[in-house]
Amino acid sequence: MFGFLLRRIAVLIPTFIGVSIIAFSFIRLLPGDPVALLSGERVMSPERHAQISAQLGLDRPLVVQYFDYLGGVLTGDFGSSIVSKKPILDQFWALFPATVELSFCAIVIAVALGIPAGVIAAIKRGSIFDQGLMGIALVGYSMPIFWWGLLLIILFSGTLQWFPVSGRISLMFFFPPVTGFMLIDSLLSGQKGAFASAISHLALPSIVLATIPLAVIARQTRSAMLEVLSEDYVRTARAKGLSPFRVVGIHALRNAMIPVITTIGLQIGVMLAGAILTETIFSWPGIGKWMVDSVFRRDYAVIQGGLLLIAAIIMFVNLIVDLLYGLINPRIRH
Amino acid sequence: MADTTVTKIAEPVSSAAMRRQMLREFWFYFSENRGAVLGLVIFVALVIVAIFASFIAPHSPFEQYRDFALLPPAWAEGGNPSYLLGTDPVGRDILSRLIYGAQYSLFIGVFVTTLSLTGGIVVGLIAGYYRGWIDTVIMRLMDIILAFPSLLLALVLVAILGPSLTNGMIAIALTLQPHFVRLTRAAVMAEKSRDYVTAARLAGAGPLRLMFRTILPNCTAPLIVQATLSFSNAILDAAALGFLGMGAQPPAPEWGTMLAEAREFILRAWWVVTFPGVAILVTVLAINLMGDGLRDALDPKLKRS
Repeated sequence: MFGFLLRRIAVLIPTFIGVSIIAFSFIRLLPGDPVALLSGERVMSPERHAQISAQLGLDRPLVVQYFDYLGGVLTGDFGSSIVSKKPILDQFWALFPATVELSFCAIVIAVALGIPAGVIAAIKRGSIFDQGLMGIALVGYSMPIFWWGLLLIILFSGTLQWFPVSGRISLMFFFPPVTGFMLIDSLLSGQKGAFASAISHLALPSIVLATIPLAVIARQTRSAMLEVLSEDYVRTARAKGLSPFRVVGIHALRNAMIPVITTIGLQIGVMLAGAILTETIFSWPGIGKWMVDSVFRRDYAVIQGGLLLIAAIIMFVNLIVDLLYGLINPRIRH
Repeated sequence: MADTTVTKIAEPVSSAAMRRQMLREFWFYFSENRGAVLGLVIFVALVIVAIFASFIAPHSPFEQYRDFALLPPAWAEGGNPSYLLGTDPVGRDILSRLIYGAQYSLFIGVFVTTLSLTGGIVVGLIAGYYRGWIDTVIMRLMDIILAFPSLLLALVLVAILGPSLTNGMIAIALTLQPHFVRLTRAAVMAEKSRDYVTAARLAGAGPLRLMFRTILPNCTAPLIVQATLSFSNAILDAAALGFLGMGAQPPAPEWGTMLAEAREFILRAWWVVTFPGVAILVTVLAINLMGDGLRDALDPKLKRS
């Protein structure tokens, strides 16, 4: 298992170097002067230009600049925002919990509904349940989620007024962030109604973010279950007279879960970073919205750092999924 | 497919007859799937609407009827029958804009899919055929692209290239390409050691002929399915870019851009938000339905013969 771990990490190193080269060269690919882009000063005297250039290290050879950048990244220095001048890593850690909280709730919804839906569809193959569930799954899979979010806002925030439109908690509550996770912080604060407010703010964004993973997981579970249910050992289990629940729940589902877990893992990585649309619609202060805002503010330093951080997280999550996969399915370790 | 070759072996079959037979068989499996046929019908209807947009649309998609701004749909209270789906905040006819928008979405799908498919096939063929260091380099490059979420990568690329529909399409094509590379490479690696490839090589076929004429035609099934998926993904991603203000620019009647323009009116005028989204959903759904049907019809494992 340890050798397997080392091999997986070894494959990641060239990818990470490539990702860092892309993030590094991104600013140099932009039309315009990198000194002006990185300092945010549009008009400057030649002396000032030379001073900033030296200060940012832009007057040195590209290779030196790259290794300098890589060295900074490896020691946690991602540079500072052009607009707010704050260190990028600090901003990232301040916003990341919001995205994790949202993604976590979404993945819980997606798994809790998607796996049972897929199992039911597979057991009742060809029935009205199967067709209905898979029809809904395909609609979810085809959903433009930015529009889906707007529809839910119209219905639940506008007409019914059940849920708030945006933000993480009502402005009535104020407490210092302890963990950064609003659900936990609101409980810790001990203020009455704070937790309920946090939940009601989370509801719509989680549903929107869960929609596509839910559909993907349901479809994947169904096809994995169908494959497994036709295996000989399932027939043997049935022939032994085991209850249908045991056959499906213990014998079949366990093996069907192997490809499904990979799917879930891939969805987590995509969600952590891909909450771009959901966070934008609901003004959720996470890293997806941070990236979109930075693109609009032309805060290239943040885009550069965010790109690298997000890619690193996705690579890390995928590594964990690979390792879990190796644990569940020892066959692929070699 | 197996029994066609066996039964017809007595008399030589022309390749045209063979192709007809294969098409007939494909249609047999495809038409069994009602959803796929429904998707095909909707898709053909959309193509017709897009081609004849200027004849079908009741109004110009750009004309601003200022006296009729934010008119509700014809059947709602205060609606006007000449503006069937109502008007947007500056008085443009929503139905006409949706009809012209079909041109955008279908063009985006065709352009992006063609670009990523051809690029992916060429790169994948090279990687799978030559293997060795060239394969390693290509696959690592694809891993790097896949390490970024596609919408984020597209967003950043558009930030570099400047927001426009063309740049958005190029960016989306780049993010979709690795899937084609991987599929082609895997298929080529499986086919390359088959006897017919060896026979062709012994007959003197060069690498280009081996790659494109001998091997490629036998790898098409998974590529066709992936192409349908890319088609719908391209439409969704382009609409998302438009929605974020980074794709097609106003006043283009692109569906995502229409949603972006309508966003601030969501609580006042439901129709400006609802209809463009329905158009995106129906289009993407139709293509995905076809994709499912294609997958079932082309996957020999699922054929119940």
